[in-house]
Amino acid sequence: MGYQTTTAKMNAIFADLSKEYVIYAPKRYVGDGTFVHIDTIRYGEITDLSEIEFAEKSNYSFKEVLLPISETLFYFTENEMKEADAPKKGAIVFLRSCDLHGLKRMDAIYLENGAVDTYYKRLRDNTKFILMGCENSFENCFCVSMGTQQSDDYDAYLKVAGETVLVDSHWDVLDAALAGATQTPVIPDSVTANDTVVTIPETVPQTLFDSPFWEDYGNRCIACGRCNFVCPTCTCFTMQDIFYTDNGKAGERRRVWASCHVDGYTDMAGGHAFRNDKGQRMRFKVMHKVNDYKRRFGTHMCIGCGRCDDVCPEYISFANCINKLDALVNDTAKEEN
Amino acid sequence: MALTELNTSKSENPYIPFLSEITDVIKHTKIEYTFRMTYHGDVKPGQFFEVSLPKFGEAPISVSGIGDGTVDLTIRKVGKVTDEIFENYVGDTLFLRGPYGNGFDIANYKDKEILLVAGGTGLSPVKGIVDYFSAHPDDCKGFTLLVGFKSPKDMLFKKDFEIWKKNINIIMTVDYPDEHYDGNCGLVTQYIPELMIKGLTDAVGIVVGPPIMMKCTISDLLAKGFKEENLWISQERKMCCGIGKCGHCKIDDTYICLDGPVFNYTKGKFLKD
Ligand code: SF4
Ligand code: SF4
Ligand code: FES
Repeated sequence: MGYQTTTAKMNAIFADLSKEYVIYAPKRYVGDGTFVHIDTIRYGEITDLSEIEFAEKSNYSFKEVLLPISETLFYFTENEMKEADAPKKGAIVFLRSCDLHGLKRMDAIYLENGAVDTYYKRLRDNTKFILMGCENSFENCFCVSMGTQQSDDYDAYLKVAGETVLVDSHWDVLDAALAGATQTPVIPDSVTANDTVVTIPETVPQTLFDSPFWEDYGNRCIACGRCNFVCPTCTCFTMQDIFYTDNGKAGERRRVWASCHVDGYTDMAGGHAFRNDKGQRMRFKVMHKVNDYKRRFGTHMCIGCGRCDDVCPEYISFANCINKLDALVNDTAKEEN
Repeated sequence: MALTELNTSKSENPYIPFLSEITDVIKHTKIEYTFRMTYHGDVKPGQFFEVSLPKFGEAPISVSGIGDGTVDLTIRKVGKVTDEIFENYVGDTLFLRGPYGNGFDIANYKDKEILLVAGGTGLSPVKGIVDYFSAHPDDCKGFTLLVGFKSPKDMLFKKDFEIWKKNINIIMTVDYPDEHYDGNCGLVTQYIPELMIKGLTDAVGIVVGPPIMMKCTISDLLAKGFKEENLWISQERKMCCGIGKCGHCKIDDTYICLDGPVFNYTKGKFLKD
């Protein structure tokens, strides 16, 4: 159901909801960016709609709400393990259409691929998603190429225009709270084109895995992992044990974000490592994002947010890489004919 | 120590390990011991458990034997988790998660002529297959075990070899003999040409060991006339969560911890890290 209301009324509704939910939205953090003196926009708790950064793309995605950067799995003593408690409150997350598609990629790994992940599921079951529209495409976005520019899989859509708030609700709690508001059809803003367009090769022959094509990336990439950390669909982690005192017997096991670009990702006990070459790591990531994930799960993993291109300190462009790879695949096919 | 119900039974939460009792420790070499652990439940050779050591972390260890209410885990001391297990296992329990992975399906080898080629610790994940056909020799048309160790000091499962040799044709070789050793020397691949295989088009080959050894062995077996679809391998990769979540074991569209580590060669040959 669509509604028109005021920011004051909407803030009051959120104040009420905040008894049961923590509200997360992209916020501006001044002078905190990758490049000095540049702001970052990342997720944080909000209590008022005015705190939300609607005008720009967030540098980081919402994924840390469901997959915290560091998450305690359980506490241990020598002979006992105790599952870490879930947060008492649920979460409300403001996010854009591409990221809402990213949520499905996270679900595929954490709910469908092998056993259900206890920690992800308990957060996921208690989270509501509020769509933020996009009136214009941002720099480096290629959602249209990835087909993620629209989504109706939200609990609500919300748009602020001055003192007016437009809401499309799929959530009974919100419908009840907005019962007195003016009803009106509300259609989410979405883009129909981006400046960046990618063409994804349908198949990539394995012979191209060793192509000199990747060497350029190997020379430039500094293996900082930022492209993975900002990506809403990168979900890898490593487990770590922390103990409280050296000789004490108590501690906890955590999982922390891991990156396939960073050294150590494939190390096995005893020292053997796969993909020491950074170009091969780029190949591994690119193939996962726009090739092999699709063969397993039916959609591409990448949702075209362009954040990896925004953040890379070496100006490596993932979107360019896909297009260049497509050209290489086509050239190789021609040569063979 | 009394084991509480809570700790010994599996949790709904796949990350929480359960306590398992160490019923025996068999020392093969200075750095390789087999821990016989209590475990009640289905398990196959080539599957693995995560041995979980609070404070130190986890290590994936493949099942090297299956008993009545027990599994054998042959652990090599190569990192902080396994170091700690060796030094401080005085406690009579270990925490485990698993079993994970697909494992070897004995049914794929029944009524066939079997050649198993193993290098070093690669023998652990396939040992359950040897155990089975050693106990049921009539279930196959002949079983040859071709196994290589670095040196006589690195030999594993010596007692088991004594049992196996009754029903199984064993060729053992070492890379570096010492003065007391009077057996075969050199790489396993040196012994492939002389192997007598009766029906090459139906014989199955199982190959497990270090990456280079597997590569050379497979190419020699193919040259000898084995069919690709009759070859089986087990891929060792970095396993962490064991349940398709952490991403570390993924190769192409395959999660080794879910879809492997055992692959028919027709699929396994396409797995490129
Ligand atoms: S790979 Fe880059 S463009 Fe694609 S979803 Fe991840 S951060 Fe966004
Ligand atoms: S591609 Fe760029 S952001 Fe990603 S690891 Fe390499 S240098 Fe860092
Ligand atoms: S070991 Fe974590 S996904 Fe396979």
